[in-house]
Amino acid sequence: MTDQTLSLPLTERPAAIRPSTSYWSGVRRRLARDPVTMICAAILLVILAAVIFAPLLFPLDPYKTSMIRRLKPPGTPGFLLGTDELGRDMLARLIHGGRLSLFMGFAPVLVATCIGATLGIIAGYAGGAVNMGIMRIMDVFYAFPSVLLAVAISGALGPGIINGLFALTLVFIPPITRVAESVTTQIRAQDFVDAARATGASATRIVTGHVLSNVAGPILVYAAGLISVSIIIASGLSFLGLGVSPPTPEWGLMLSAMRQAIYVAPVNAVLPGAMIFIVSICFNMMSDGVRSAMDVRA
Amino acid sequence: MTHENAPLPVESAAPLVSVENLSVTFRSPDKTVTVVNDVSFTLREGEALCLLGESGSGKTVTMRSLMRLLPPTAHYTGRIRLRGIDVLALKAGQLSGIRGSLVSMIFQEPMTALDPVFTIGQQIAETVRRHDGVSHAAARTRALDLLELVQIPSARRRLDAYPFELSGGLRQRAMIALALSCRPRILLADEPTTALDATVQIQVLLLLRSLQRELGMSTIFVTHDLGVACEVADRVAIMYAGRFVEHGAVDDVLTHAAHPYTEGLLHSTVHAERQGGRLEPIAGSPPDLAALPPGCSFEPRCVFARAACRAGMPPLSERGAGQLARCIRGSSIHEASAPVYDAEASL
Repeated sequence: MTDQTLSLPLTERPAAIRPSTSYWSGVRRRLARDPVTMICAAILLVILAAVIFAPLLFPLDPYKTSMIRRLKPPGTPGFLLGTDELGRDMLARLIHGGRLSLFMGFAPVLVATCIGATLGIIAGYAGGAVNMGIMRIMDVFYAFPSVLLAVAISGALGPGIINGLFALTLVFIPPITRVAESVTTQIRAQDFVDAARATGASATRIVTGHVLSNVAGPILVYAAGLISVSIIIASGLSFLGLGVSPPTPEWGLMLSAMRQAIYVAPVNAVLPGAMIFIVSICFNMMSDGVRSAMDVRA
Repeated sequence: MTHENAPLPVESAAPLVSVENLSVTFRSPDKTVTVVNDVSFTLREGEALCLLGESGSGKTVTMRSLMRLLPPTAHYTGRIRLRGIDVLALKAGQLSGIRGSLVSMIFQEPMTALDPVFTIGQQIAETVRRHDGVSHAAARTRALDLLELVQIPSARRRLDAYPFELSGGLRQRAMIALALSCRPRILLADEPTTALDATVQIQVLLLLRSLQRELGMSTIFVTHDLGVACEVADRVAIMYAGRFVEHGAVDDVLTHAAHPYTEGLLHSTVHAERQGGRLEPIAGSPPDLAALPPGCSFEPRCVFARAACRAGMPPLSERGAGQLARCIRGSSIHEASAPVYDAEASL
């Protein structure tokens, strides 16, 4: 056998035997060649950096009001993006508001992913009555539209950031559980799970080794898509007065407060909404790009 | 998990594999189907047995029950002993004590039987580490040895390859390496070459044959390909509707088949000697296992069928040196009305 390969001319060697960290380097290469994903990632990176570092570097005061300089248009000296209905600096408020909005986007999804993935993998791998129990409970939550459920829960708990986070987390657990369960069910039926059992692997070993590593990709891609939803619902809660309360800057709350000024200063009024829009669409397109870059095996 | 380290009861001086009156029944709410019915065989150290039959004849289920690798809806009766260990009596936790180390398995479709997110090397090394408790480096060295054992070219680079980067033949070799990683005494191969193209098939079969001899393993092959059976097996068992219908040394069974089904299989296969002739198919299709005919299950398709065949399932009867067939035609009880000799009892 070895003789045979040695006699193969180098050009005829299959590409596959090039030294291979190939899967991840392939993913990286495909991502680098995808301009849409790269642009979205760049925009998100800039926004994230601004939101995290700008308040530390520049003296931005999102709370300082002034009756004289209300609703100044963008470009006014000292107020790059103008002022809001109480004369507060829009740029400062957008940056500070972004901290909260992005946090409300990430945190519930992160927590819900941990809980949902665990539940889903347990349900999918155990099957039978366990699956039945977990998935039917999830179905109950699923029966409500996500926005309505979030509004109902935070309405019942009262306004506040913590309650909003809790409501959002609860909203995202069922869909993540369902994705995790369906992927796990597929993985469990694969021969390599049988093969692992045939070499004497225990159930714990199969779940933590084979199932988790196969399920992680689809779940993370799905969860990345939920971040934008989370930002939007969080903003929606604030808009309805259920999430963050004034004067705390938050994109949804700002949008709500500025809507009366839409005819007076349309650009200022639209800015928070534009931020929500840009961040969510970038997250969506980026998670799509990552999904297709990772998906060579199917 | 606490059972894993408990010593397994071992009886010495028994054949490596001994299966007695094994029946496997699948129960679902609407019906109960007996997929394997009263199967008995033994296998000595270093022997290769081939289970041959068409789809749904119970060959895979028979093989998988040797390591209890069937869904929980399966119910076993009878007795399976591997090196004296009563497999059906083991607790769930004790099974991992025999799987991999005593008995291991090669799957039909190597693409799905290897985990797509780990490299070949990682998968083999992980199994080695789990069983032998050796270091990372030692496990990797052993993985490399195994890839070389199964004659994978440029083995060192293939260690870091993911399954999708390998061709079908190499994947099946990697699967074999994985199955051999814990030095099993019994190797089960479920249609190991069905997913491969014809030129690669023979290479993999020859490899399996030489590995089996080199390592002194007992092997059970499942196949529906008579050619494969001739190539790799010492003994062959023909299965039909969940039962052994013929069982014996490969040469005996293939040269003078005693069961009409075996004859039918032989006539419907392409031979070098019979080039140019028309193949004779077996008329009809296999019976529904949930509604078997009252007598011999092959009777509805059999050209030799007569009234006596509908009376009851004929027992396996002896046809010369170690060859058994389940047919009343040409047996010592040829025209007798009642079976007088149950071959299985003397096994």
